[in-house]
Amino acid sequence: MAKIGVYIELKNGVFKKSNSEALEVARQSGMEVFGVIFAPDIEPYKDRLIGLDHLIQVKGDNLGYQPDLYAQTLAGIIREFDLEYFTGIFSAQGRELFPRVSAKLDDAALVNDCVKVDLKSNTVTKPVYAGKLLAENTFKSARKMFTLRPNIFPPAEGDPADFDTREYALSDTGIKTRVMETIKSEISRVDLSEAEIIVSGGRGMKEKANFKILEDLAGLLNAAVGASRAAVDSGYASHDMQVGQTGKVVNPKLYIACGISGAIQHLVGMKTSKVIVAINKDPEAPIFKKADYGIVGDLFTIVPLLTAKVKSLG
Amino acid sequence: MKIFVCIKQVPDTEASLNIKEGNRIDGSNIKWIINPYDEYAVEEALQLQEKNPGSTVTAITLGPERAEDVLRKAMAMGIGDAIHLESEQILDHKTAARALASVLKEEKPDLILMGKQAIDDDAFLSHVYLAEYLGVPVTTNVISLHLEEGKVVVERDIDEGDREKIEMALPCVVAATKGLNEPRYASLMGIMKAKNKPLKKIAATDAQIDPADNQVDVTRLSVPPEKPAGKMLEGEPGEMVDKLVELLQNEAQVL
Repeated sequence: MAKIGVYIELKNGVFKKSNSEALEVARQSGMEVFGVIFAPDIEPYKDRLIGLDHLIQVKGDNLGYQPDLYAQTLAGIIREFDLEYFTGIFSAQGRELFPRVSAKLDDAALVNDCVKVDLKSNTVTKPVYAGKLLAENTFKSARKMFTLRPNIFPPAEGDPADFDTREYALSDTGIKTRVMETIKSEISRVDLSEAEIIVSGGRGMKEKANFKILEDLAGLLNAAVGASRAAVDSGYASHDMQVGQTGKVVNPKLYIACGISGAIQHLVGMKTSKVIVAINKDPEAPIFKKADYGIVGDLFTIVPLLTAKVKSLG
Repeated sequence: MKIFVCIKQVPDTEASLNIKEGNRIDGSNIKWIINPYDEYAVEEALQLQEKNPGSTVTAITLGPERAEDVLRKAMAMGIGDAIHLESEQILDHKTAARALASVLKEEKPDLILMGKQAIDDDAFLSHVYLAEYLGVPVTTNVISLHLEEGKVVVERDIDEGDREKIEMALPCVVAATKGLNEPRYASLMGIMKAKNKPLKKIAATDAQIDPADNQVDVTRLSVPPEKPAGKMLEGEPGEMVDKLVELLQNEAQVL
C-alpha cells in the first residue's frame, strides 16, 4: 500500500485548526497514513490525531521552529519511511517549510495551495493568476508533495483510531537560517487565513480610528479583521491585515466587506468565501456583484446596528 | 557588495486571461509587468546600493524574448545592468531554479533579492529552490532587512500579525513582501538611460535547461465557476440589518 505523510503543525504548542483538513485528505486517500509532529508530549493533541496508522514524534532538546532543522528532519523522515505522498497546510510556516523539504529531495515535486486533490491520477489543482484560473498539476516525480489551502477541505472528525508512535530525533546540524526570536503582535488577533468569519474595511472607513467599529463586531463573532489595499495604503490598517492579491487570500464561511468598492485586486483575495456580505454607500460598487447579500447604506450606520443585533442574540 | 535581483515578467493584475491549448494562457494581447513583489526587491537593492557606495546591482530574469522588457523597466528604476536567460519553454520551478543557479554560481553575488511569489502561478517555490541549489540560506516574506558585517538580520511576517527575527550569513537569498519598502517610479531620465544599459543574453541551452527534467506539469487550466447573483436587501437601515441577520442564520446558516 502506498504511504502518505501529514505534517501536523503546531504554533506555540497549539494545534493548527486546519491540520484536521490535511488529516482528512490523507484518510480519504485510502493509503497508510503517517502523521509527523514535532512535540515533546503528544497527550494534548491526542483526541485530534484522527485517521492515523502511525505517528512519528520528533523529539529534541530544543524543538523551537528552525526552518533548516525542521526541513532536514522531514526530508529524512520521508526517505526513511519511504513516504510517496506528503501533505500539510499552506500556512505561513507550511509555505516556507515545504519548499525547503522538496528542495532537499531530488525526487519530490511540490505544489502549494491546493484546493482539489486526486491522488489516483496524481493530479492536484491550485488557483493561479490570483484565482482567475485553476491549474491542474500532474506529478511525474516519484514523491509528490502538496500543501492545502485552509478552510477548503472538510476536517477529520470522530474518534482517533489506534496508531503506533515512533520517535525520531530532530536534526541538529546544517542550520543556516537562524530564527532569533518571535515578536508577538501587540494585539492578539484571529488568523485571517484560518478565520471562519472576517470583517473587513476599505477606503470607506475614512480613518484608522474607525476600524474600532469593525473590531467591536469582530469581537462578538470571534472574527478576524481584514482590510483592502486602499485602506492599507491610506494607513488605516497594517499590511498584515490586507486581503487581496498583494495581501492574504482568505476563504472564510462569512466575509463582511464594509466600505470596500471591490477592486479586482481585492476580489481575487476573498471571492471564494462561502458567504459574502457587502455594505457600501455606492449601489454601483463592483463588490455587490460578488456578494450573496448586499446592503446599500452608510457603514457607520449599518455596522453599529449589526453589532447591536448580534449582541442581542447573545 | 554585489547584489542580484531576480525578476519575473507576469500579466498585469487587471488583465483578462484566455486559455490556449488547454494548459497555457494566450499571451498575445496582455499587458505585461514586473511581478509586483519583485519591485520590492528592486527597491531594496537600490536602497542598499545607495547606503553602500561601490556596490553593484544586476537584474536577472528567466523568460521568453518579451521578458527583456522587465529588465529594461528595472534598469529604468536605477539598476545598472541585466542578464536575460532566454527560454521559450515551459519549465517547472526546480528546473527554472537550477537554470538560474547555474548562472548565479558564476556571478557569485553577496546578496540575492526577489519577490516571495510571482503573481502568475503563485507557486511560492523559486526563492527556496534557488537558495538550495546555491547552498545558501533563505528567508521568505521579509518586511525588514538590516545589513551587518558578513550577515543580514531580517524580519518576516508570520500568521496573526506576529513576526520572526532571523539572522543569515552572506551570501543569502531574501524574498520580499509588501511592507519592505515603497518601490520608486522610473523617471523619464531613467527610462532614457535604461535603453543603453548593458544587457547580456544567455541562451537557455547554455544553462542546461531541459523541460524533460520537469517533475510536475500544468496539464489543464480552467475558469472557476462564477457565483450566481446575490440578494440586495431593501428598507430602512434597521430593517435591512434584521433581514440580513435572519438570512445569515436561516438561509446561509453561518451565524
